[in-house]
Amino acid sequence: MSLVYAGVCSHGPGITARADRANPELRDAFYTNLDKMRKDIVDSGAEALIVIAAEHFANFFMNNMPAYCIGMADEYEGPIEDPDWLKIPRTKVPGNAELSKRLITEVMKTADTAFSEEWKFDHGISVPLNFLTPKYDIPIIPMNINCQGPPLTPLNRVWAFGEAIRNACDAVPEKIALVGTGGISHWPATPDSGKINVEWDQEFMDRFQRNDKDAMLSYTDEETYRDAGQGGYEIRTLIATAAAAKGAKANVHFMEPIPIFATSCICAKFEL
Amino acid sequence: MSLYYTQKILYDLNRDTSIQHGYNNDLDNLLGNYTLTDEEVTALTKPDIGLLYVLGVNGQILMHFAAFHQIEWDDYLQAMRDGIEKYGPVREGVYAMTGSGNSFTEDTEVRS
Repeated sequence: MSLVYAGVCSHGPGITARADRANPELRDAFYTNLDKMRKDIVDSGAEALIVIAAEHFANFFMNNMPAYCIGMADEYEGPIEDPDWLKIPRTKVPGNAELSKRLITEVMKTADTAFSEEWKFDHGISVPLNFLTPKYDIPIIPMNINCQGPPLTPLNRVWAFGEAIRNACDAVPEKIALVGTGGISHWPATPDSGKINVEWDQEFMDRFQRNDKDAMLSYTDEETYRDAGQGGYEIRTLIATAAAAKGAKANVHFMEPIPIFATSCICAKFEL
Repeated sequence: MSLYYTQKILYDLNRDTSIQHGYNNDLDNLLGNYTLTDEEVTALTKPDIGLLYVLGVNGQILMHFAAFHQIEWDDYLQAMRDGIEKYGPVREGVYAMTGSGNSFTEDTEVRS
């Protein structure tokens, strides 16, 4: 069929773990927009949901760190975090190994990716799913871009990966939804947690909204680290999603800095 | 290379309940499986979150280790600041402190 939905959202663990400490108006508005994403995905008729995430050492370590990886299993589990800490119960999440295999095969025609037949979700996937598929009733195809352990894949390769994902979606008969999830500027899990460069975020999201490829790919990792922190490396997940949207513009439904959630929280949907 | 194994044991610990059992019940034996300096062994054993942070442990790994020890979020952030104060700047990696030890979580917090 094709890609029937493409959007992005934030995934910081504080979104669930420290929900009680956030400004209630901002938190509730963010949750409302996440629920709107959930409804849009349901209304799209999607038969599977791809999640492009920036995992945080739940599956991959520096002994064998793939730049890209796609899950290929009928079942996943998560979150790896203490459920009482993250405030998300540990559960099994359905996958679709056969669909994954077909998607991976198509992706590999134009981009390189690793694959994995086992995958433990961390907050990077579990937090979005907690809002987007709370009943875990749609197969998930997890995809990871290494945003943690340098050297990192260049942004132009991220774009190529996103285009390959779109081509793969267009090549299978199933209706596919795609959600990219990553932070914008943030300094997560450091003493600086909560520091947010709002101006940088607004500039990035302006480029993202316009789906301006050249502008998004113009960031260097040195600039991103300086201005947006090590968490800013996660723009890779957002850029890959923009590439998969094939030039479509995005509507940013929500964007507000919520320091206790450690980032500017976003919800956006591409007009495919 | 030693930082690699310090992070490796935490990576294993964060995702494997059998390693967690070993950490709680036979720590010396568990640590013996990794190439670690005395300083790293001390940091992992106490645990000394501040020292692990200064040694360069990636925050995404360290955050989970702190949660494993039931360390509250504010205490975790403060432990890293205290580590900087006691041991000096972060020695390796990309998780250096850039905010001069200030707290950035207060603006929208709801205080009862």
